Amino acid sequence: MTTILLNGVERDFDEDPSMPLLWAIRDVAGLTGTKYGCGAGLCGACTVHVEGKAVRACQTSLSAVEGKEVTTIEGLDPEGNHPVQVAWRDLNVPQCGFCQPGQIMQAAAFLGETPKPSDEEILAAMSGNVCRCGCYQRIVEAVRHASTGI
Amino acid sequence: MLNYLEPLIESAVANVRLAKVTRRGVLGTTGAFALAAYAMPARAFDTYATGAASMEHGLVEDPMVFVSIDAEGTVTLVAHRSEMGTGSRTSIPMVMADEMEADWARVKIVQAPGDEPRYGNQDTDGSRSMRHHIQMARKIGGAVRTMLARAAAEQWGLDPAQVTVEMHEVKAPSGQSLGFGELAEAAMAQPVPAHEDIAYKSEDQFRYIGKGEVQITDLHDITTGNAIYGADVILPGMKCAVIARPPVVGGKALSFDATEALKVPGVESVHELPYASMPTQFAPLGGIAVVARNTWAATQGRDRLEIEWEAGPHGGYSSEPYMAEMIATSEQPGTVARDQGDFDAALAGAAKTFTGTYTQDHIAHIPMEPPAAIASYTAEGLEIWAPVQSPYTTRKDAAKALGLDIGQVTVNVTLLGGGFGRKSKADFVTEAALLSREVGAPVRVQWTREDDVKHSFYHTTSVERIDVALDESGKVTGWRHRSVAPSILSTFAPDEGNVLPLELAMGMTDLPFDLPNIRCEHGKALAHTRIGWFRSVSNIPHAWAIGSCVGELAHELGKDQKEMWLELIGAPRSLDLKQAGLSDDFWNYGEPMDEFPIETGRLANVLNVAADGIGYGQDLPEGEAIGLAVHRSFVSYVACAARVKVVEGRITVPEMHMAIDCGFAANPERIQSQLQGAAVMGMTVALHSGITFEDGAVIQSNYYDYDVVRSDNFPAVVTHIVPQPFSVHATGVGEPGVPPVSPAIANALFAATGERRRHLPMGTEA
Repeated sequence: MTTILLNGVERDFDEDPSMPLLWAIRDVAGLTGTKYGCGAGLCGACTVHVEGKAVRACQTSLSAVEGKEVTTIEGLDPEGNHPVQVAWRDLNVPQCGFCQPGQIMQAAAFLGETPKPSDEEILAAMSGNVCRCGCYQRIVEAVRHASTGI
Repeated sequence: MLNYLEPLIESAVANVRLAKVTRRGVLGTTGAFALAAYAMPARAFDTYATGAASMEHGLVEDPMVFVSIDAEGTVTLVAHRSEMGTGSRTSIPMVMADEMEADWARVKIVQAPGDEPRYGNQDTDGSRSMRHHIQMARKIGGAVRTMLARAAAEQWGLDPAQVTVEMHEVKAPSGQSLGFGELAEAAMAQPVPAHEDIAYKSEDQFRYIGKGEVQITDLHDITTGNAIYGADVILPGMKCAVIARPPVVGGKALSFDATEALKVPGVESVHELPYASMPTQFAPLGGIAVVARNTWAATQGRDRLEIEWEAGPHGGYSSEPYMAEMIATSEQPGTVARDQGDFDAALAGAAKTFTGTYTQDHIAHIPMEPPAAIASYTAEGLEIWAPVQSPYTTRKDAAKALGLDIGQVTVNVTLLGGGFGRKSKADFVTEAALLSREVGAPVRVQWTREDDVKHSFYHTTSVERIDVALDESGKVTGWRHRSVAPSILSTFAPDEGNVLPLELAMGMTDLPFDLPNIRCEHGKALAHTRIGWFRSVSNIPHAWAIGSCVGELAHELGKDQKEMWLELIGAPRSLDLKQAGLSDDFWNYGEPMDEFPIETGRLANVLNVAADGIGYGQDLPEGEAIGLAVHRSFVSYVACAARVKVVEGRITVPEMHMAIDCGFAANPERIQSQLQGAAVMGMTVALHSGITFEDGAVIQSNYYDYDVVRSDNFPAVVTHIVPQPFSVHATGVGEPGVPPVSPAIANALFAATGERRRHLPMGTEA
């Protein structure tokens, strides 16, 4: 049994503790905003926050987050109005949208730690999140846009 | 190190103008739209023929199929094309809403299931969504607005010419008004007016069309994690499956042992699926499926399967010798597909000749969402939820595989986490359907990224050889292009090594150069894997070869690239098929040639726009240069001007200008996003992605050996959209941005380093 604080609610997982957090979130807790993209920590589609830090849920076992606070895209803001989410909407960032929850979670954690980033810091912080549609230009601009509102 | 950052940010600001507008805030000051002259034929827009009518199940233009209005005034519009990121689920309904005078904030979009007899063709590919539906969307919107006006006029005892329709309301001269909701029932009871009897808006009356200020339909759901993609539907009692597929197409398991797999907690059963042989069409490859309580258990179970594979007839497919064989074929005469003038005579009389051979590895689409689908088979039938570009074909394929009548199968279309052509082929859906029947429960099939990289329908690998004859003055007198590539046809019919004429018509046989002697030939190449279409299809290798060759000729002749391009394109004219040695029924992306001619003036114009935009001709520091390329595809014209800069031995592309002429631009903001995306994908094609085979199996696995452009090296893209009125027909947008990118980068790289690369991917090291 693994207990985590998922989006502010204590939740028990009666699963193999080696199960990646990604599949616990998606298949067990039924929260599908966190996406499977590569299963190898190479694309960032599954990015969630553990104790406020961005982690790849596909590379994080359930046992590693025992007793910890885990936030998914669904829990980032009660109204979906985190400054990063708002910036994403202001700039109409997505194309297909599939990678965007991971991009947003990455950006939100990054801006939490670095509220006024330089452009180089933005590019470096976001480089682990792949967007096959190629929305990078708007992603980077949206991170800058959000940084002025955090 | 990243000193290209400033232009990146500047251009982003200059080009993304959507910030801080609310849905209501975007509405302009367009005045009330009077229906006063609705019966005057002059107010109907001039319709024109497109290829939509000849698509399977054609076009449905009945407003009763696509529009409903409830008593509260919510206008529900049906999106019948799949949304994979191009914005069709926003842009087509937006056109309907505008012509209807509906308030976009009160419009709801619902997705059509796969049902072409009802909705018309639903194959979301070929860059056809707007091109084939902009007239239909205007007609539907105009018809509904007319019906609302007539219903209100009837109620007031007025002539319909006396009422106006504006922003969800119908108004009488007295100031009385009725909302769309109040009129809904009476309006829907009105007969649907004929096109000639509808007073359409004039272009200056558009609220949303052409403005680019509408947020995409699913924006809120996407940014909050509530958007539903293929793997996101959860059904009671649903099982999760992953499948071990034969590494080689046409292979099968000689034997397998599932003992250890079945010991994994959560694994419930193991099933062998029927195998496919080439031509596979869209049938699943077969293999051993592990069904479990969750995806993790299924994956663990699959890892523990012991399988002895037999490779089958394609186990000898290895890219290196195959490429050598294709190159050898390209050195021999092939089958002639276009013969204009006398190339042999031009060659014999040439003062100088030039030969360039340009090659490409396969490409896999790798949409961010790997294939995934959900199927529920019961005594009543089969219900599917899937991210598919072709929901009706998906439905037919699943029905056929399970021996069901098509009426027993429902295909619900989720959002697609990218498609790029991969999700036109619903092998992954049929897998879920077969497994649901086997286990007697709903099943979700999840492809891992490795599955996706190793079992795609690959973009063809190719050799393109171009021979050029030049006279003493350096003028090009003859052009011969030989193409050798396994064909998409091989996926559908017994393979004889020949390509389809339409593959050659994607940028090779439609060469618009003003030259007296042009010959196009193709050589045989047998396929040993599933060949499919990837965003812009054969235009990629053709534009790559032609654009690189133009760059090489410029260098050989001491001309600049732009001058060379413009000389070859020649004076503004429409390509004369007869003079070009092409048949009257030339493919032209399925569009009638008289309505969508090949216009060299538009081709040259976009080249000039992109070149001027980037400041072509400027002095740049050493190791930095601009490359140009231009290409017509999907009946649109796109030029790319790319600035390459070598930074510490690494090829970077800090800046690209993309210029498009796609006729009337219905949603410029989504056109811009498609071109930004095409620039990135084109750069990935140019530098990164190559799928290669060894002993019949794909070598690459995941992003570590099949990488893409990322946020630390993407180009800052400035998009130029050539403004055109509605009378200049809307053409394709999703695909045509990709082809000119790789030759532009190659030409820039050569200009920067003096090194000419002739193979895609070129690699990231300078």
